[in-house]
Amino acid sequence: MDYSNSLIVYIRLFIDEISAMNNVKNKGETMKIFNLMMGAILAVGSSSISAAPISELGSPEGELNIVAWAGYIERGETVAAFDWVTSYEKSTGCNVKVKTAGTSDEMVALMNQGGFDIVTASGDASLRMIAGKTVQEINTDLIPSWNTIDKRLQDAVWHTVDGKHYGTPYMWGSNVLMYNTDAFGGEVPDSWNVVFEEQTLADGKSNKDRVQAFDGPIHIADAAMYLMYHNPALGIKDPYELTEDQYQASLNLLRQQRELVGRYWHDAFMQMDDFTNEGFVASGSWPFQVNLLKPNVPIASTIPKEGATGWADTTMVHAEAKNLNCAYLWMEHQLSSNLQSDLGAWFGAVPVVPSKCVGSDLLGPEGCKINGIDNFDKIYFWKTPVASCKTQESCVPYYRWVTDYIAVLGGR
Amino acid sequence: MNNLLDSFSNFSYRNKNFIFLSFLILPLLWLGIVYLGSLLIFLGHSFFHLDGFTGQIVYEFSFKTLIELFSSPANIDILIRTVALAACVTIGSAIIGFPIAYYMAKFTSPKVKIFLFIAIMLPLWSSYLVRVYSWKLILAKEGIINWFFEKLNLEWLLDTILSTPVIGGPSLSISYIGMFLVFTYIWLPFMILPIQASLERVPNSLINASHDLGANKRQTFYKIILPLALPGIIAGSIFTFSLTLGDYIIPYIIGTSKFFIGQAVYTHQGTAGNIPLAAAFSLVPIVVMVVYIYIAKRMGAFNAL
Repeated sequence: MDYSNSLIVYIRLFIDEISAMNNVKNKGETMKIFNLMMGAILAVGSSSISAAPISELGSPEGELNIVAWAGYIERGETVAAFDWVTSYEKSTGCNVKVKTAGTSDEMVALMNQGGFDIVTASGDASLRMIAGKTVQEINTDLIPSWNTIDKRLQDAVWHTVDGKHYGTPYMWGSNVLMYNTDAFGGEVPDSWNVVFEEQTLADGKSNKDRVQAFDGPIHIADAAMYLMYHNPALGIKDPYELTEDQYQASLNLLRQQRELVGRYWHDAFMQMDDFTNEGFVASGSWPFQVNLLKPNVPIASTIPKEGATGWADTTMVHAEAKNLNCAYLWMEHQLSSNLQSDLGAWFGAVPVVPSKCVGSDLLGPEGCKINGIDNFDKIYFWKTPVASCKTQESCVPYYRWVTDYIAVLGGR
Repeated sequence: MNNLLDSFSNFSYRNKNFIFLSFLILPLLWLGIVYLGSLLIFLGHSFFHLDGFTGQIVYEFSFKTLIELFSSPANIDILIRTVALAACVTIGSAIIGFPIAYYMAKFTSPKVKIFLFIAIMLPLWSSYLVRVYSWKLILAKEGIINWFFEKLNLEWLLDTILSTPVIGGPSLSISYIGMFLVFTYIWLPFMILPIQASLERVPNSLINASHDLGANKRQTFYKIILPLALPGIIAGSIFTFSLTLGDYIIPYIIGTSKFFIGQAVYTHQGTAGNIPLAAAFSLVPIVVMVVYIYIAKRMGAFNAL
């Protein structure tokens, strides 16, 4: 849609240009024809969106095309024990094809291109796709296990609009404060201040150059969350919805953090390397890194008193999905099979079906607890900051977060 | 029907250019529309701007984005940082690359030369990412360089180097020194090969003549060899300079997380949807390179390619 719009503008400019050059008198006529043509093209493009979800399932089509985060759809090829695709293919006859995406923007772009049936969308992408009519409303009656989903997620705002469901919750998780137990002398840090304020740690050395922070602009929300707790006078109600003043206060906190952070992290494996070889001792992180580092490095994680930011992903169905029946069968499979517990163990995430927390060898009896199921209320789920926001009069939109965070990283 | 074909073949026989063009039209269209067209459309975006309130692109001709680019100190920092590092890497590669190229061109047997060629090309056959990641390990605080300095009881020397303001940092891999080392390593082959090619073309008779006429080695080098090899150095520097200007992977892996032009473009167009600013950023390396190549052309750099 974005592209076709800019294309239209270009062609318009082009026509303007040509008309001016040739001194054409009937420019109005040309524009009229052009507008008619573009209108027709756009109408063809948008007419195929259906309104109501289907009411009953037919026979499976034999194929399912998924856009997913890396590591989300495993068929035992990475590690043999982690396989939640083979059983689905066997029982439904739908062959699964996966296209992995690295960012939410990539996911939205792939879905806009079309040719896919479902996507595992994060909170920032899901609403964009609903607004763009790329995904369709689903009929929850066709998913028998729908009611086993965590009640707190069934009507979550990132997939439910005006009471209509546009997807099935897939997995959620929280960012955690990862720390080196040696450096903290066996104590559990109870506040994010260890990454925001300069201080001497239990091992007698300063935390300067030994802490990290995420290098994505969304880290501004972590600073806002910290201020929400420590500086109530600012009146922050939602770390993703910041007025100019609240936003500037968060940036100032991040500038102070820049003095402490030698290098920011943006790749999970690079952060693991930094904690192993570069002497870093504390950082906001994912349970994924913590679980992988634990065997080799004295590492633990916690969710401090201020809370934490997190992510919640949803399986959504493309508006023009060719394999609709397979898609519905997958949404049932994702809730009822070993997927929830095993993916939770694989990714350091929390199943959306709480009953899947027990009885899984891969996840272990404490798995859900370790990955943060009890912290749901302390977690501020990731969403895209927009100018028109609910909790404030007007908010600083995401593109400014990007520009300003780059400046903060550059020491400005 | 036959008539038509006859006249067509007559026509194409008489108009040689027609046949020529009809073969060339596809690649030309490809280059013109797919490559140049999309590039120009992208760059053209730098004359649009983002609406501050809605975050949508406003399709009106204006210089707002370009003014934004050059008025924000953070952006200026990014530009200066990138160009300065690219210049340092280019000079560093030339200083390291020239002796190697000189040795290859003038002092080796053909067999050793082939061996050296392969040795220089070999790193290019392995993945760029693998090489950068292994450099991260080499430069790490607990990496091999630190270990080496410790064994020699020279930690104080490394610490002194790292405590230099601006280019220093907490460890080699978290400093500009580290970035310089990695960039120089990665782009060095692109510097050595053109210099080697240009040195091959310096006739030995000229060097002998210079000696015969009483010039000492230093005079011969500065008056004969270096001027004749200069086009090769400039051709190599175009590679190292432009490759460093556009790279966005090394700054993500090595260094202090301060942004470079490539990263700024990537982030602005990828995650922020601020295509005008991304386009404005990508204009800068193009302008810098055009100026640089123009000067290089005046110095005859392209005769050596």
